[in-house]
Amino acid sequence: MGVKHFGARVTRLEDPALLAGRGRFVDDVKLHGVLHACFVRSPHAHAKLRGCDSRAALVIPGVHAVLTAEDLPELMRDQPLPLLLPNPSLTAARTQHALARDEVTYVGQAVAVVIADTRYIAEDAAAALIVQYDVLQATSDCRAAAEHGAPRAHSDLDSNVASTFRLAYGDTDSAFADATHVFTEAFWQHRGGGMAIETRAVLAHHDPVSDLLTVWSGTQTPHIGRRVLADLLGRDLQSIRMIAPDVGGGFGPKAIFYPEEAVIPAAALKLGRPVKWIEDRREHFLCATQERDQHWEVAIAVDAEGKILGLRGRMLHDTGAFVPWGIVMPYIAASTVPGPYVVPAYQFDTVVVLTNKVPTTPVRGAGRPQAVFAMERLMDRVARELNIDRAEVRRRNFIQPDQMPYKVGLTFRDGKPLIYDSGDYPGVQEKALGLAEYEDFRERQKAAIEQGRFIGIGLANYVEGTGLGPFEGVTVRMLPSGKVAVATGATNQGQGTRTTLSQIIAEQVGCRLEDIVMTLGDTAAISQGVGSFASRQAVNAGSSALIAGQSVRKQLIALAARTLGVNEIDIELEDGMAMSRRGNKPSVSFGDLARLAQGIPGVSLPAGQAAGIEHTAYYTPSQAAYCSGTHVAEVQVDAMTGGVKVLRYTVAHDAGRVINPLIVDGQVQGGVAHGIGNALLEWMRYDANAQPLTTSFADYMLPMATDVPTCAIAHVETVNPLNPLGVKGAGEGGTIPAPAAIVAAIEDALSPFGVHFAETPLTPERIVAAMRAAGAYERLFPA
Amino acid sequence: MSKQGTLITVNGKSYGRVVDARLTLADFLRHEINLTGTHLGCEHGVCGACTVLVDGRSVRSCLMFAVQANGCEVTTVEGLAPDGKLSVLQQAFIDNHGLQCGFCTPGMLITLTELLREKPQPSEQDVREAITGNLCRCTGYAGIVKAALDAAQRLRNGAGKAGAR
Repeated sequence: MGVKHFGARVTRLEDPALLAGRGRFVDDVKLHGVLHACFVRSPHAHAKLRGCDSRAALVIPGVHAVLTAEDLPELMRDQPLPLLLPNPSLTAARTQHALARDEVTYVGQAVAVVIADTRYIAEDAAAALIVQYDVLQATSDCRAAAEHGAPRAHSDLDSNVASTFRLAYGDTDSAFADATHVFTEAFWQHRGGGMAIETRAVLAHHDPVSDLLTVWSGTQTPHIGRRVLADLLGRDLQSIRMIAPDVGGGFGPKAIFYPEEAVIPAAALKLGRPVKWIEDRREHFLCATQERDQHWEVAIAVDAEGKILGLRGRMLHDTGAFVPWGIVMPYIAASTVPGPYVVPAYQFDTVVVLTNKVPTTPVRGAGRPQAVFAMERLMDRVARELNIDRAEVRRRNFIQPDQMPYKVGLTFRDGKPLIYDSGDYPGVQEKALGLAEYEDFRERQKAAIEQGRFIGIGLANYVEGTGLGPFEGVTVRMLPSGKVAVATGATNQGQGTRTTLSQIIAEQVGCRLEDIVMTLGDTAAISQGVGSFASRQAVNAGSSALIAGQSVRKQLIALAARTLGVNEIDIELEDGMAMSRRGNKPSVSFGDLARLAQGIPGVSLPAGQAAGIEHTAYYTPSQAAYCSGTHVAEVQVDAMTGGVKVLRYTVAHDAGRVINPLIVDGQVQGGVAHGIGNALLEWMRYDANAQPLTTSFADYMLPMATDVPTCAIAHVETVNPLNPLGVKGAGEGGTIPAPAAIVAAIEDALSPFGVHFAETPLTPERIVAAMRAAGAYERLFPA
Repeated sequence: MSKQGTLITVNGKSYGRVVDARLTLADFLRHEINLTGTHLGCEHGVCGACTVLVDGRSVRSCLMFAVQANGCEVTTVEGLAPDGKLSVLQQAFIDNHGLQCGFCTPGMLITLTELLREKPQPSEQDVREAITGNLCRCTGYAGIVKAALDAAQRLRNGAGKAGAR
């Protein structure tokens, strides 16, 4: 085999075009005669729709149409968007219509769309549209919404409870009855939005000659989008092509199918012109899905040494007005709690509550940060109460490497038993602690306190189910030019998928990285596809790339051996050439082999020769791949202002075999930044009427370069035995334990005052309020 | 809608257009003269993706009207590598994994080009503070900071220009 690409720190193939300003995002696609859309959205969290007067809008020069639900194609008008992840526990499986009919149930819900010559005119006309509403009582806080007799999020539903379910194993009653200690905590956690810097975007064009409807969408899941759109338009799949071109960040919210992805194609069909819609940031705050509040009540039962005997609890999950992705996040949260620890008995009840807010769907971490926060804060509590070091209490409870594969006792969200495939949780923690100089921290803290600085350290562990199926496909095809064409349903919003898949394929096929021509996120390139979410692409698409690459390698060798008249065993593939190791080393190029494999018109192919040199593989993982990690945060807290500075951040991460350390480090670092935002800054606030209060980057704070330290990152590679690459997912692990580690560090920094925290984001005002409640300022400044 | 003539030099080339007075400089660049490298991430002046140089100073092109740039010289990301060869800073972004999705990248490059021109020997803190006006959701900034420091070092060692005019 030639150059070793797998595991190498290969710089990215994506970069040169993006750096030169030659990226192709949806709004960069220019079509002749394109019209521009602006949506008219509900200003009320809950209201009856009484009518829409578009006369003033339609007389504005340059306005082509105003469409409401009644103007949409029949299927799209009458049926709501599909529930993509059904679950039997859902009693209110509500999804929204492409354009609202009768009732609006969150601020920002699309009511109408204006199509005009320019975006500027479309916005003028949208402002001129008169929509009449009868305002209804809205439900905002999910705790109140879950109560009997609360205002209902949908006026035709009897209750706001969309689903209740229990996950359990073992005998928690005895565990709690026999426990030396039981500790109970209540947590309120908030996740915030994905906030990709590129907002959502849709461009649709119908070609009447071929009857092909082409839709460019800034989506993580174009194949799913095409399928949904075909159903809503009553068209064959083959008559729709959906393309996710360069996409400026995903982080989860771009994985679902949105109303705009239905309405814009419908408008293009109706008007016979291309139509483009580019979401603005305010719309992104109002209408792009988020992950929101979860309220947890959890109790842990431990023995005198701090060993866990059982865990039980209850959680309320605010799902917003609809459940487009079912109960995925609360389910993942409920099944992630046990994490890397032996928890002999577990019982957890989840209540999913409808409110009049934008729906929630997975945001980087998808329920796991909340679960890890709950579990790790409980471990800190046990450590504190029993006066055991926080790392030590975790050591006493770890699942040991020789217990792998470890059966937790639950069913995961992939429908399969929750069985950790591999991992070394104690080893990962030790690695992180060493790198973070955990053992020396008390000395650092003492020195800091002498200087009047409050610093603290916190750690958190997690296990994350990644690499979810059902599949992702990769086609590898040898071209007569000598290039290698690759197509995949995997999509790229910055993860470097083009690079990592190319590394796998180039190594198998024996071509140069730059000879690979890859098409991602285009339904025309490969028949089946799923897309990017659940840190799934390395496992799914990566394995398919390996399998397809191996097959093409075999085909190249077989044909080269026949062509050169040598044994297959003597053929070497390198730099796009097949050559014999023996004799005068005859060789033939991949391009010539590709031509030979196409045969001669009318002439039978030799026995064993298939048409062309290509292979399509659809790897289907048997279950999730469980990665793990330990984060250690060291922070400094300004006791007066509540300002927190993350001084040092350490990650030890086991994502299985690493395809490209440069890229995995980037995923971890970026994930940590997202976690820092969740821990300290990001809070999508609503008032009591479910009116959003934070709809700009001036109100909703994203982490800046001065908020995020450069992490120290160590990779621990325990090979995943369940897929041929030995990989696990790496996209979300950076985010998942960060809030737990950071809040623990803040608590540690302020331990002289005995303040405790059970919520995120931990904003300066919350820290100061806790300090005040604890009488900290009286102690700092005695009268 | 009132229209107005405007003449703007972008990356060394003059563009005369009659445009709506309310057309932003960003939309002028992206849609009037088709330089789509400049991106819009928030349209309210926080995210910095639309940053360009106007007469050598970094500016939010979403907060400036095209007609206000009449007579000005504008540099966009396309102007950082005019002959197709990436600048030292751009190459440093590749080598240090300074980008993931690439959407904030043009604004980052412009801001850092200005920084490196004004402060050839920046500290890490200088770099971090310079890009507080540019949000990146993918990278966690580490690669960007490293790239900027690396580029500064290479430039001090005599490599080509950062890419700014």
